[in-house]
Amino acid sequence: MEFTTHSLWTMIHGMGFGALYLLACSGALVELHRRYSSPLKPAIEVEDERFLRVYLTVMAVLAWLAVLTGAYIIYPWYRAVPPAGTANLAAFPQRLLLSNPTISAWHSIGMEWKEHVAWLVPISITMAAVVFHHYGRSLKTHPEVRNAVLAFVWISLVCAGIAGFFGAMLNKNAPVSGGATIHLISGGEQ
Amino acid sequence: MSAQTGSQPSVGRIIPNGPGAAAVLAAGLGSFCVAIFALLGDKSASIKSLMIFWKPTGPLSGVTTCAIAAWLLVWLVLHARWKNRNLPMGRVSAIAFVLLILAVLLTFPPIEDLF
Repeated sequence: MEFTTHSLWTMIHGMGFGALYLLACSGALVELHRRYSSPLKPAIEVEDERFLRVYLTVMAVLAWLAVLTGAYIIYPWYRAVPPAGTANLAAFPQRLLLSNPTISAWHSIGMEWKEHVAWLVPISITMAAVVFHHYGRSLKTHPEVRNAVLAFVWISLVCAGIAGFFGAMLNKNAPVSGGATIHLISGGEQ
Repeated sequence: MSAQTGSQPSVGRIIPNGPGAAAVLAAGLGSFCVAIFALLGDKSASIKSLMIFWKPTGPLSGVTTCAIAAWLLVWLVLHARWKNRNLPMGRVSAIAFVLLILAVLLTFPPIEDLF
């Protein structure tokens, strides 16, 4: 059992930061709705306020780590240009996709959308975290600010879902590979 | 009797909605900037080459760096202007949300290609 450093970074980016963000985002939406939706409920306790501040801050960090590792570590490997005359494009995912009309849309639509729409996620969740830091329990008395923040968190979930879906499909059709090989464990002989 | 303990809500303290409005509108504008810079880079070869801040990542490096810079700058300016004010939040958040939805749609290549 082994994988390469490039595929390890892809896992850290997608299954680590990206998937963790998606999980955390659904949790945050449930928590924010539960704590703030009913006007009859009292404002949240200090402990819950502190917890939500930390939770949203961690989400913002995850979102930034996901886009930064994606754009500055993995994307350069994805869009690497092969030397002239290269027949095997396995190490050049973008060129591999574009060389085959049946899968080229994974790049021309999938990657082209993913690489931009993913950046709406850290913008939205950083805003949500800062607003929550500023207002905390007082958000209860600002329903319009609260609803705007919730709407942005919802859209961030959608955008992260789009990026995650296309990331998974791109990696299925043209995986980012290369780099040093990390050997985990040897399999038994059959 | 009027002193609040740590577990009591502090909702009685009136905080103006200006800082929230500034953050929300700036996020909408920042998101829209991602789409606009991406669109400009896609449609103009000269802008595309200008957007290459770091060659391995290509124009994406400039598109996102410019959008993030614009977002933070707008946020800073709006916050400074609105921090002690109460604004019509419904209108501000509606504008911000429209900008955000436009950003999602404009980054979708088949829609981007219409321009």
